[in-house]
Amino acid sequence: MDVLQLARWQFGITTVYHFLMVPLTIGLAVLVAVMQTAWVRTGNPKYLRMTKFWGKLLLINFAMGVVTGIVQEFQFGMAWSAYSRFVGDVFGAPLAMEGLVAFFVESTFLGLWIFGWDRLSKRVHLACAWAFSLATIASAYFILAANSWMQHPVGAELVDGRPRLVSIWAVLGNNTALTAIPHTIAGCFAVAGTFLVGIGAWHLWRRRDDDGPVWRASVRLGGWVGAVAFAALAITGDMQGKLMFEQQPMKMAAAEALCHTESPAGFSVFAIGDVGRADCESVKSITVPALLSFLAHNDFSTEVRGVDDLVHQYQEKYGTNYPVDDRLGELSGQPIDYVPNLPVTYWGFRLMIGFGALAALGAVAVLWLTRGQRIPKGKWFPRLALLGIVTPFLANSFGWIFTEMGRQPFVVAPNPSGVDGVWMFTARGVSGLTTGELWTSLITLTLVYGALAVVEVFLIARYMRAGVAGVMPPDEKPDETKTADQLAFAY
Amino acid sequence: MELADLWFCIIATLWLGYLFLEGFDFGVGMLLPVLAEDDTDRRVMVNTIGPVWDGNEVWLLVAGGATFAAFPGWYASLFSSAYLPLLLFVVALIGRGVAFEYRGKVDSDRWRRWWDGVICGASWVAALGVGLVLSWNVLGLPLDARGDRVGSPFAAIGWQTLLGALAVAGFALVHGAVFTALKTDGGLRVRARRLALRVAPVALAPLAALLVIVQLRSGSGWTWVPLVLVLVAAAVALWRLAAGREGQAFSALGVAVAASVVTLFGSLYPDVLPSTLDPANSLTVAGAASSPYTLTVMSWVALFGTPAVLIYQGWTYWVFRKRISRAHIPSVRVP
Ligand code: HDD
Ligand code: HEM
Ligand code: HEM
Repeated sequence: MDVLQLARWQFGITTVYHFLMVPLTIGLAVLVAVMQTAWVRTGNPKYLRMTKFWGKLLLINFAMGVVTGIVQEFQFGMAWSAYSRFVGDVFGAPLAMEGLVAFFVESTFLGLWIFGWDRLSKRVHLACAWAFSLATIASAYFILAANSWMQHPVGAELVDGRPRLVSIWAVLGNNTALTAIPHTIAGCFAVAGTFLVGIGAWHLWRRRDDDGPVWRASVRLGGWVGAVAFAALAITGDMQGKLMFEQQPMKMAAAEALCHTESPAGFSVFAIGDVGRADCESVKSITVPALLSFLAHNDFSTEVRGVDDLVHQYQEKYGTNYPVDDRLGELSGQPIDYVPNLPVTYWGFRLMIGFGALAALGAVAVLWLTRGQRIPKGKWFPRLALLGIVTPFLANSFGWIFTEMGRQPFVVAPNPSGVDGVWMFTARGVSGLTTGELWTSLITLTLVYGALAVVEVFLIARYMRAGVAGVMPPDEKPDETKTADQLAFAY
Repeated sequence: MELADLWFCIIATLWLGYLFLEGFDFGVGMLLPVLAEDDTDRRVMVNTIGPVWDGNEVWLLVAGGATFAAFPGWYASLFSSAYLPLLLFVVALIGRGVAFEYRGKVDSDRWRRWWDGVICGASWVAALGVGLVLSWNVLGLPLDARGDRVGSPFAAIGWQTLLGALAVAGFALVHGAVFTALKTDGGLRVRARRLALRVAPVALAPLAALLVIVQLRSGSGWTWVPLVLVLVAAAVALWRLAAGREGQAFSALGVAVAASVVTLFGSLYPDVLPSTLDPANSLTVAGAASSPYTLTVMSWVALFGTPAVLIYQGWTYWVFRKRISRAHIPSVRVP
C-alpha cells in the first residue's frame, strides 16, 4: 500500500473508533444530567442511584473518548499536511473554536463534577453536570460544521489557489451542517437510549438486587429516548437526503448504486449480486418504485441521475486525469475515478438505516414487554436486550463510513452551486511521508486501540454486573457517607 | 501590532499555559514511584491532579487548533515533519489519560501496579516528547520550499534537540515535586520538598543550557532579559522552597516557565518554523499567517473565550485548593 492508502485506512480506523465513544458520551452525559436534575428536584434517592450508576459508566467511556480525540486533533497535521495547508484558513477556525469554547468547558466541569460531590452545593454541582453535557454538544456542533464544510464548502473564495474564509457565519450556518448536526446528535441519543434499555432490562430480569425501581426507570427513559431519537433520525435523514441530491449528486447515486439515470427513480431495499459491478445489469434488486425520487425531491417523478451520466459531468468540470506530480505517487497522471466504492456506499446506507430501525424496534418492544410491572421470564430477553446495545453503534459507524466514502475521490467535495474552484482530491491532501512512518503509526494505533477496547469493555461489563451497589451501597444516604475528612470521591 | 503578531503571542501564551499546567502533572506522574511509599501515597499523588489534568491537557489541544487556524502552514509542516516523535507522544498521552481514570477501578495490586507503570512511563515519554518537538521547532527543521521535511524521519534529531527533551522533562520533574509539596501533607510533602531541592540543580541545567544555545543562535538583544529572569526565578524558587514556602516556590517556577517561553518564542520571531536548509524556506509570522479576516474572527473568539477559561479553571483550582493527606483518602470500594 502507498502512503495515501495507509493514511486513509488510518484516518478511517481511528475516526470510526473515536466515534464509538463519542455518541455514548454525548447521549449519556445529557441523560445523566437529566437524572441528577430529577434527584435535585424531587429528592427521590432512586434518581441519585441512577445518576451514580450511569455516571460511572459515562466516566469509563469518557476517558477513552478524550484520548482518542487527541489523536484526531493531531492527525490532520501529521498525515494530511497538504490538506491542512490548503484548508487551514477556513477549516482551522471551527476546530480552534471547538477547543476554546467546548473542550475547555467539557474537561474542567467534568473534573468538578467527578470530584465535586462534597465540595460544591447541590445546585452548583448540578450546574457542572449541565455545563459538561452541553459542552459535549457544542463540540459536536463545531466539529460537524468543519466536516460539513468538507461536504459542501461555503463562505470561502479561492485566492492564490487556496480557499480563503469570507464569512464565518456561512460556515457555521452551512445548511449541510444544520441538518447533519441534529441527525448526528439524534444518533447519539439512539446509542444512549439503547444502552439504558439493554443494561436496565438485563438487571430487571435478574432481580438480584433491590434496585428494581432504578432499572425500571432506566428502561423507560431509555426506551422513550431511543424511540424518539429514531423518529428524529428519519426526519433529519430525509432532509439530508434532499441536500445530498443537490450538493453531492454522485453520493446520492452511489448510495443507490444507481447506474443509469431514472425518472422516476425507485429505492432499492435490497440487492442480490455485486453492486460494484461496472455493467450493473447483473444485479437483482428489490425496489420500491418512485421512492428515491421522493427522498431526493419530495415528489414521485423527479429524475435522479445515475453514475454513468454523472461521471461525464464530473470529468468535464473537474478534469479527466490527475496532474503529473510526484506527490501523487501511483496516481500521478492517471485517470480520475469519480465513482465512490459502490458496495460500501450502497450497503453502508442500508445498514445505517437497518441497524437503526432494529435498535428502535428493540427499544419499543422492551417498553411494551415491561409495561406495568411486567418482566419477561425467558432467557432470550436479557440476551437480546444486551445484544441490542450494539445496533445503534453499528448504525452510526455505517452512517459515517457511507458519508465519508461517498465523498471520494474528494476530501473537500466541490459545491456545484457555490464557490468556484474550492475542492480538493483526497490524493492531494496527504503528507509527504514515508510508508514506513505510516505503517508504524497504523500498526501502533491499531494495537493500542485494540487493547484499550478490551479494557473498556471489561470495565463496563464489570460495573454493569455489579449494579448500583458497585458504586454506592444500598443503605448509603447522600451526604453521610464518610468520615469528616475523607473525600467523597478519589481515584 | 499586526494581527499575525498577536496570534504568534497567543500561541506562545497557550504553550506557556500548557507547560506550566501540564508540567506539574507530568512531574507528579514521573515521580509516582519515587515519592510514594505505598498505595495510599500513590492515591494521594494521583488525586492532587485528578480533577485538573484533562483541563491542563486542553491547553495543548487549543495550541494545536489555534496554530491550525492562524498559521496553517506551521501546523502542517511541524506536525508532519515530527511524525514519529509526535506519534510516540500521542500514545503516551493516551496511556496517561486512561491510566488515571482506570487505575482505581479494579481492586487488585497487579492491576494498579500496571497502570502506575503506565502513568510513570507515559509521563516521562510525554515530557521528553514535548521538549523534543518544541526545541525542534525553535532550532529549525530541514524543510524544503514546499514545507516538507527532507531526509529521514529523525533528520532533525541532534544533541541540541535531545537537550531540549531533557530540558522540559527536568523542569517537569522539579515542578511536579514542588507541586506535590504544595498540595499534600505529611511524609509525602517532606519527601517531595527534599527531592526538589536535591535534584533541581541538575534537573534545571538542561533548560538553562537550551535557552543559552537558542539565545546565541537566534536571540535578539532583549531576549537576554527573560533568559536572566529564568535563572533568577529558578534560584528564588529553590530559596523559598528551602524556607518551606511551597506556594512562593511554585509561583517562582511559574515565572521561570513564562520567561523561558518568552525567550524561546522571542528568539524564534519573526520565524515560526525555521528551515535549516535554506533561510528562504523558513516559515515566517507574516508569510504563514491566515487571512486577516480569519485572524479577526479568531481574535474575537479569543477575546471572550480566554478570560472565561481563566476564570473557571482558576475557580476549579480554588474549589480543590485544600491539601490532600493520607487521611483524606477513602477506602477502596469497587466491584
Ligand atoms: C459529533 C461529535 C464528534 C465528532 C464527529 C468528533 N468528536 Fe472528538 N469528541 C467529541 C465529539 C466529537 C466529544 C463528545 O466532545 C468528546 C468525545 C468523548 C469526549 O470525551 O469528548 C470528544 C473528544 C475529543 C477530544 C478530547 C477533548 C478533551 O481532552 O476533553 C479531541 C481533541 C477531539 N475530540 C477532537 C476531534 C477531532 C479532531 C475530530 C474530527 C476528526 C473529532 N474529534 C470528531
Ligand atoms: C466521527 C465521525 C467520523 C467518522 C466515523 C469518519 C470516518 C471516515 C472514514 C471511514 C474515512 C475514510 C474514507 C475513505 O478513505 O474512503 C474518512 C476520511 C476523512 N474524514 Fe472522516 N469521519 C468522521 C468525522 C470526520 C470529521 C468530523 C472530519 C473533519 C472535521 C473528518 C475528516 C475526514 C478527512 C480529512 C478524511 C480524509 C481522509 C480520506 O478521505 O480518506 N471526518 N472519515
Ligand atoms: C430513516 C433513517 C435514516 C435516514 C433516511 C438517514 C439518512 C442519512 C443521510 C442521507 C446521510 C448522509 C448525509 C450526507 O452525507 O450528505 C446520513 C448520514 C449519517 N447517518 Fe443517517 N439516516 C437514517 C438513520 C440513521 C440512524 C438510525 C443512525 C444512527 C443511529 C444514523 C447515523 C448517521 C450518521 C452518524 C451519519 C454521518 C454524519 C452525517 O452526515 O450526519 N442515521 N444519514
